[in-house]
Amino acid sequence: MTEAAIRIENLTRDFETVRALDGLSLEVPAGIIFGFLGPNGAGKTTTINLLLGLLEPTDGRAEVLGFDTRTQAEKIRARTGALLEHTGIYEHLSAEDNLEFYARVWRMPVAERQARIKELLTHIGLWERRKEPAGKWSHGMKQKLALARAMLHRPPLVLLDEPTAGLDVMAAVAVRDDLASLAASEGVTVFLTTHNMAEAERLCAQVAVIREGRLVALGDPDDLRARAGGPRVEIVGGGFSEDALALLRARPEVGAAEVHDDHLTIELRQETDVAPLVSLLVGAGVQVAEVRHGKASLEEVFVTLMVEDPRQGEEER
Amino acid sequence: MIVDILTVMWKEWKAVFHSQGSRTKTVLTLLIPVVGLAIYLPLQIGRPLVEGPWSLVASVFIPMMQVGMTIPESFAGERERHTLETLLASRLPDRAILFGKVAVAVGYAWGITLTVLLMSLVMVNVAHWDGQVLLFTPTMALANVALSLLLASLVAGLGILISLRAATVQAAQQNLMAATLFPVVLLQMIPLLLLNVVPDGRARLRELVAAANPTQILLIVLAVLLVTDLGLLMAAMARFQRARLILD
Repeated sequence: MTEAAIRIENLTRDFETVRALDGLSLEVPAGIIFGFLGPNGAGKTTTINLLLGLLEPTDGRAEVLGFDTRTQAEKIRARTGALLEHTGIYEHLSAEDNLEFYARVWRMPVAERQARIKELLTHIGLWERRKEPAGKWSHGMKQKLALARAMLHRPPLVLLDEPTAGLDVMAAVAVRDDLASLAASEGVTVFLTTHNMAEAERLCAQVAVIREGRLVALGDPDDLRARAGGPRVEIVGGGFSEDALALLRARPEVGAAEVHDDHLTIELRQETDVAPLVSLLVGAGVQVAEVRHGKASLEEVFVTLMVEDPRQGEEER
Repeated sequence: MIVDILTVMWKEWKAVFHSQGSRTKTVLTLLIPVVGLAIYLPLQIGRPLVEGPWSLVASVFIPMMQVGMTIPESFAGERERHTLETLLASRLPDRAILFGKVAVAVGYAWGITLTVLLMSLVMVNVAHWDGQVLLFTPTMALANVALSLLLASLVAGLGILISLRAATVQAAQQNLMAATLFPVVLLQMIPLLLLNVVPDGRARLRELVAAANPTQILLIVLAVLLVTDLGLLMAAMARFQRARLILD
């Protein structure tokens, strides 16, 4: 059985009249990158603050690395790294001093902290610029530095709150690459909140989706995509006549077929060879330019989950 | 705990001396006490500066001014620059963060005060040399050393309390200025009021001052300041709650 790095039971947090988190229960296995997905205001940041013991839950409980967030918050904070909503970088200090300060906070011995700072700054490509005040850097560079800071003391668990939010595409890709390689080389558990589905799809072994503080889906990205619909074929082309569609829908392996502009989407009942379907369409006068075979993207799953009633999702589980 | 306090102090010292924006401010704020109190005043007043109570001006003015400028940054500055959450999410104990910040603000101001006092002493001896080294009396030395430390701690305690809840450094500075000026104004108003209300007030005050023992008065003042400092520090410790700081 895989050990859980985080165990959350019926966690609830109210802010005056607003319920930010509503009976959240989930387990995060150790050693994976776990994506915590949800739109803005879904309760992702509140969850991180609760896990770090920075906020007290209104109800329910959570254990992080085996420690209770209510009574053993200091032990949790001593064993975790965090990159919160803001980078938390001291802009007047150099990159090296920023890491030096937190290395001292984590009481790393002098020789070890110097070696570790060099290792991390080299890994993220910022060693040559270590003496520059971090305030002069771009947001992407600061985010990379903050990521290095979170990993500095080799914590078994790292909590990252939207690490690529507000970054341009290239900076986001760079931060994502650093995160993936650091997580792989260090073997840490990463609890990552994001509303970027491509990021979750690329990085996460498991994801949880929350909406209005309630869990609406949990599983690995493949499972979620499969749950949202079976295999599908997308055909780009023209001449999608009603007759051709009727022929297609009459096939037993076809669940549904819909045309949007020059795209025909065919939902299949099970994995099957698509060549006979393409031949059938060509025979019915359809001009086929491109055939794509795949599953629903995580983004499509997410959008579907966001428009469903969250309580209905809870009941289904 | 001590190691954690020293860690916070390390960062705070860096902030005082390495901040690009505040480097000019730091130099300017050092220039005023050095030029005014360590050079100009000794040259103007001469030996009475050491023999009389004039040096108390430095012991009162410098710590209040220096701490008043640095302490609002402590928490309001971290909040304004979005570094507070990360600091609170670290393993540092509450008291280490609090004491580390107070220690640097007080130590910096106290260090400057003592340096200025030493410089003024040298200046008086050099400019008004009469063949004998002039030193502060033991009472004045104690008054200068203890008063400047306790006043720096007083403003630091008040400043921390204000800075913990202030949204911006500017708001913290304004509130701290009001909070420190209020007792000063009150202390000036009360004697004036009493002089006008009490019959023969002026004569009685003269008698009171003539009969007073300076050492006793000093000890009473120091004791009051010490108790107030401890009270403010305890209040700051009680007010330091991570959940509140995160939500503010």
